[in-house]
Amino acid sequence: MKALFSLLFALLTLVAPAVAQELAPDAMVRQVTEDVLAVVRQDKDIQSGNTRKAIDLVETKVLPYFNFQRMTALAVGRDWSKATPEQKKRLSEEFKTLLVRTYSNALTSYKNQTVVYKPSKLSAGDTSVVVRTEVVQPGSKPVQLDYSLEKQGDAWKVYDVVVAGVSLVTNYRDTFKQEVSNTGLDGLITMLSNRNKQLEAGKK
Amino acid sequence: MACAAAVFAASGCATTANNPKDPFEGFNRAMFAVNEGLDLVVKPVAQGYDAAAPLPVKVVVGNFFGNIWDVWTAVNNLLQGKGQQAVSDVGRVLINSTAGIGGAFDVAGEMGLTKHSEDFGQTLGKWGVGDGPYFYWPIIGPRTSRDTFGWVVDTYFDPVWRIDDIGLRNSLVATRYISVRASLLPADKVVEEAAFDKYDYIRNAYLQHRRSEIFDGELPHEAVDEESSQ
Repeated sequence: MKALFSLLFALLTLVAPAVAQELAPDAMVRQVTEDVLAVVRQDKDIQSGNTRKAIDLVETKVLPYFNFQRMTALAVGRDWSKATPEQKKRLSEEFKTLLVRTYSNALTSYKNQTVVYKPSKLSAGDTSVVVRTEVVQPGSKPVQLDYSLEKQGDAWKVYDVVVAGVSLVTNYRDTFKQEVSNTGLDGLITMLSNRNKQLEAGKK
Repeated sequence: MACAAAVFAASGCATTANNPKDPFEGFNRAMFAVNEGLDLVVKPVAQGYDAAAPLPVKVVVGNFFGNIWDVWTAVNNLLQGKGQQAVSDVGRVLINSTAGIGGAFDVAGEMGLTKHSEDFGQTLGKWGVGDGPYFYWPIIGPRTSRDTFGWVVDTYFDPVWRIDDIGLRNSLVATRYISVRASLLPADKVVEEAAFDKYDYIRNAYLQHRRSEIFDGELPHEAVDEESSQ
């Protein structure tokens, strides 16, 4: 009898990861957020501004749930369609590096905030959804933090992060458009990669 | 689209002042530089406050000024036809001013009366008034034309500005200013690293943020795709 239970238990644990992959988007956002916050709450280095460590955390825990190609396309706007596959790849790589750094930096200012998850409306067959959350901090108005997700095969991927109504992605549109019209898509790639190198060199 | 129109109107999009929302970009950038200069003084004060004041003190200061503003939020919610929210805001003020000891503690928030944030600029937006040209003002920072007017009305009705004792009034205004600046400190580093052109980044963020505020964060999330240009 006991052996049977252990076997069942073992089977359950084996099955669990497979189930996790088909998480609903809101459940996924909640799980990833809580995972990340659990680490940040205990990590004094991240709390005191260690960007490198925060970046590592984001790269392992958050990155797999993001679709950076889509994010880059959104930030570049209509010029995206003129980019060669190679340019698209390089743009996405550089933009990813920049966004990961920005996102990680925000984590280092974490104090005592808690996150409230709002119910999200998702009907069967939907392939895109916005998951709304709120970062609650004592003494000030909660900050709205929304994630736009899209279904890719079986998995949901984030393609936009909106903080207090400000999209971290489309906020770049004017700047990117300007750069492309001045120096072309390659100029934009150079601008992004220069910035990343500069930030990497000056990192604390 | 607007850019395409500008190509026909003028000779190209590649010049600096090409944003239709920001016709006074030259002036605004100058004022932005002035503010960056002022911030060399203001920021260290805010940092000092942030470092010296323990969290409970900062929370109490935030709650105190938040409670005063809640009165104006209630009025604006009423003006926007959101009666239920206005009633909740009035409830917040009554509860927090009494049980919350003069607004020091957000007792109402813990009871489930959510804090809202409204101002006259948002009310005008709700009534259908457009942004108008964008401005960057010294001291108060970014405001659209509509929000500049809204700010004047906000300030006129602001109880803090109406205190008779000039000394008390000025120290309250200053404390609130520093407290707000301190709350923005975490965003500084993010903006410094994320922005290629800080002026541009702040302008876009401000415009997006206000748009979302007018819709109370329930912005219809348009199906964004690569082709759409905002």
